Amino acid sequence: MVPASARVLDAADIARSVSRLSHEILERSHGSRDLVLLGIQTRGVPLAHRIAGRMAEIESTTVPCGALDITMYRDDLRLRGARPLDVTELPEGGVDDRVVVLVDDVLYSGRTIRAALDAISDLGRPRAVQLAVLVDRGHRELPIRADYVGKNIPTSREQAVRVRLAEVDGIDEVVVEG
Amino acid sequence: MIRHLLSAGDLDRDEAIAILDTAGELARATGRSVKKLPTLRGRTVVNLFYEDSTRTRISFEAAAKRLSADVITFSAKGSSVSKGESLKDTALTLEAMGADAVVVRHSASGAAHRLAMSGWTDCVVVNAGDGTHEHPTQALLDAYTLRHHLSDGAGDLQGRRVVIVGDILHSRVARSNVLLLETLGAEVTVVGPPTLLPVGVEGWPCSVSYDLDNALTGADAVMMLRVQNERMNAAYFPSAREYSRRYGLDRHRAELLAPDGIVLHPGPMNRGMEITAEVADGPRSVVVEQVTNGVHVRMAVLYRLMGALPELESEAGS
Repeated sequence: MVPASARVLDAADIARSVSRLSHEILERSHGSRDLVLLGIQTRGVPLAHRIAGRMAEIESTTVPCGALDITMYRDDLRLRGARPLDVTELPEGGVDDRVVVLVDDVLYSGRTIRAALDAISDLGRPRAVQLAVLVDRGHRELPIRADYVGKNIPTSREQAVRVRLAEVDGIDEVVVEG
Repeated sequence: MIRHLLSAGDLDRDEAIAILDTAGELARATGRSVKKLPTLRGRTVVNLFYEDSTRTRISFEAAAKRLSADVITFSAKGSSVSKGESLKDTALTLEAMGADAVVVRHSASGAAHRLAMSGWTDCVVVNAGDGTHEHPTQALLDAYTLRHHLSDGAGDLQGRRVVIVGDILHSRVARSNVLLLETLGAEVTVVGPPTLLPVGVEGWPCSVSYDLDNALTGADAVMMLRVQNERMNAAYFPSAREYSRRYGLDRHRAELLAPDGIVLHPGPMNRGMEITAEVADGPRSVVVEQVTNGVHVRMAVLYRLMGALPELESEAGS
């Protein structure tokens, strides 16, 4: 178990994780053809762009990159209330017959991914959907797993995992609190 | 977050902008192949219409259905209301049926407020027009349309000049718009014949004029109101012809607006009365857009009201 309020990843660790995720995705997909990266709002979006950027360095091709807001697909409206919506933006060409890689910062209960899968099925019909996360902290409540994991961080339910990214928070780090 | 939407005056600037922003994102979602969102699945919205309405009722119905809510439409004709059932009994029936939200239109001013505050029902109440009082979702869709054209679809309407013309006295659209546009920072002028301006209009947060040409010059938008023949049991102006000449919008007058100035109308239009067909179908007219925007704005209102948390409300209330 990680001690209270510990920084578990710094900027260099995150960069290495993003690099490794990019390599793994390319390896599994036999190159970047047909790939679409879809970042889940909020912090999945900059992560998806970083992965796309790294892939461009590796393969010198551009992987289409989009943003997915799953607010309207959540199952906790009655519990957590209405929240402001964010942008959903599909890359040109959409997701039909593509291999969509969902990108998110933390995988926890799996409910966000469940909502994202519903959202994707309303946007088109991908050939396959995969999941890449920067941090897997365990405690799944649904039969969902990630295809690509940056770092497994064992936590207790009482703890909070904060992923901060320069594009959103001005700093790159992952901290476990509590 | 507010519990009911009864008056445009209930909305502060942040809440109004939050609704408009939400509507903007929802508008993007309707461009795709599956227009429906699962957000309100299992919830029931009742459209309670005691007064004739086509576009508002259809608009609310479309909005609720696109959010996957179950919709029950209840219009006074053909219901027990025509047998003399009171608003209270209808409300108790709806409550017993398990409705989560009621969209109400009534010919009596204050009906929505009565329904919300009486304790007859726990439903979220949305005012879809009460007598000559208010029509807040119309004001929101007008503000959305104005913001889309005048402020690139973001922020507020600070410093924009909007002229509202016609039957201010009977217009719930005018009342709601004056309140909301003021909240969003616009400068509003209401124009109409003295007989169609309400007593106390000088206390409204807007300026008043009888001279349409003068008010229109350089304005960013003009909102023409329908001459409501059904509410006029007395002669408020000498003749339709005179009204049209002094307060109707023709091409010549529309050209007085700012170069990108737009023309709004809540509908249904009396072509040839308050607006000529040429202007109604002309390049400045955004009337059709208003209808489309109405669905998105009403989706945003239903989402935000029905997504409000009962726990938080009871804390705030205690």
